Amino acid sequence: MKHEIVEKNVGLLAVLILVVISFGGLAEVVPLFFQKQTTEPVEGLEPLSALELAGRDIYRREGCVGCHSQMIRPFRAETERYGHYSVAGESIYDHNFLWGSKRTGPDLARVGGRYSDDWHRAHLYNPRDVVPESIMPSYPWLFENTLDGEDMAAKMSTLRILGVPYTDEQIENAKRDVQGTQEITALIAYLQQLGTVLEGTR
Amino acid sequence: MNNLWGDSLSGFWSAWIIIITLGTIAFSWWILVSNRRTDKTPDADGNVETTGHAADGIEEYDNALPKWWFQLFIATIIFSLGYLVLYPGLGNFAGILGWTQEGQWEEEVAQAEERFTPIFAQYQEVPIPELAENEEAMQVAERVYQNNCAVCHGSNAQGGYGFPNLTDDDWLYGGEPENILTSLHNGRNGLMPSWQQLGENNIGNLTQYVLSLSGLEHDAESAEQGEATFASVCAACHGPSGTGNQALGAPNLTNDTWLYLAPGQEVADSVRQTLRNGRNGHMPAQASYIGEERVHLVAAYVYSFRLQD
Repeated sequence: MKHEIVEKNVGLLAVLILVVISFGGLAEVVPLFFQKQTTEPVEGLEPLSALELAGRDIYRREGCVGCHSQMIRPFRAETERYGHYSVAGESIYDHNFLWGSKRTGPDLARVGGRYSDDWHRAHLYNPRDVVPESIMPSYPWLFENTLDGEDMAAKMSTLRILGVPYTDEQIENAKRDVQGTQEITALIAYLQQLGTVLEGTR
Repeated sequence: MNNLWGDSLSGFWSAWIIIITLGTIAFSWWILVSNRRTDKTPDADGNVETTGHAADGIEEYDNALPKWWFQLFIATIIFSLGYLVLYPGLGNFAGILGWTQEGQWEEEVAQAEERFTPIFAQYQEVPIPELAENEEAMQVAERVYQNNCAVCHGSNAQGGYGFPNLTDDDWLYGGEPENILTSLHNGRNGLMPSWQQLGENNIGNLTQYVLSLSGLEHDAESAEQGEATFASVCAACHGPSGTGNQALGAPNLTNDTWLYLAPGQEVADSVRQTLRNGRNGHMPAQASYIGEERVHLVAAYVYSFRLQD
């Protein structure tokens, strides 16, 4: 075949490039859609409550994922520090995933229950109050803002379309569950449940 | 090889992966070999005709592939085939080395256990007061402390606002080895209820009385009025004389330790805040995070602070 035909037809070139690069995805990604390990939740996994979900969105809004991963890799050095390595079944209800890829701060995949709520409050208000050498920013506005819960029901309905098993009751009560709550409370509720389905490390 | 068509992936998807992977390698091989030589013949000087492409007077030769490049490509294909034989990559074929990610992790952990378990096991045999005097053990313990406890109690163990100082001799839940062990092992949940329902007036009087207990400057008249309320409401946990109760984690109010005194805050303001809103000190249980052996070691480390004075 003549190079020239491909090189002088941008459309054809684009199509052929797509064909070539799709092979990697076809072999590595597509089969995962049909594998139990990646499609079934681990035992005991519950969807985030309305408050935790509101917290997750604050986590996203503040860009926590930019500095904190939620993915413990199966290396001893990681499991020793953070706990059991992360498994796919724990993230089944996550849309989108907040696994992250950058660790300026520590991994948070199993931070739930590790520290007290008070610690999280002190730490998020000003990290240097509890960890003097910390370079994490302060988030004082989380203590001033409160949630109105207006879009909670819509968010949960959308997640249900994506396969998160929220009940009608949960969606109905979502607004009431979070209305008037401080943002910090929601964020801490989210943090305190992270990785708690698989218990302990030893 | 037995589970090539079953187990984690269904046979179809296993075959799908194998066919795409091997097909891609075969296709690369074919492209490479079929384009190896130019079909143009070099002239007497060894020059080949150009492809006919020209841009700004620069033309493109239609030479054969450079030998080193061709051989390198062949080498990568051979490497990939070797890799697919040794390691998992072709569907459910596990590779003849039997390598898995989990297996590698388990091996790492087992190696570390083999190395460290005897050390920790040996420390666990030693009673806490004795272990606290073992310098080498305390060096190990300090690392465990810094990694797991320092975020709240501070790297110098002197605590902070809401987090108890471990180096003084004032203990919320007791400072004996078994108390420290219990705190570490099971965690603690402090519960000071909110007394908002008593009203601001009573809270003000109680505050003055609490200040009087530790000999701080107070309004005597107001404190006197607070005394009766203290006896009926606070004494149940903090004791009739306010010296606290370590079984409940109720702090001693007669000394100068104020757990919830923010930097620059007046003691009166802190006490009033506590009475109005309550407090919920929470020490997470550590056994499930660091294991029994390290709990024992850290307990000895905390115990060792009293030996330093």
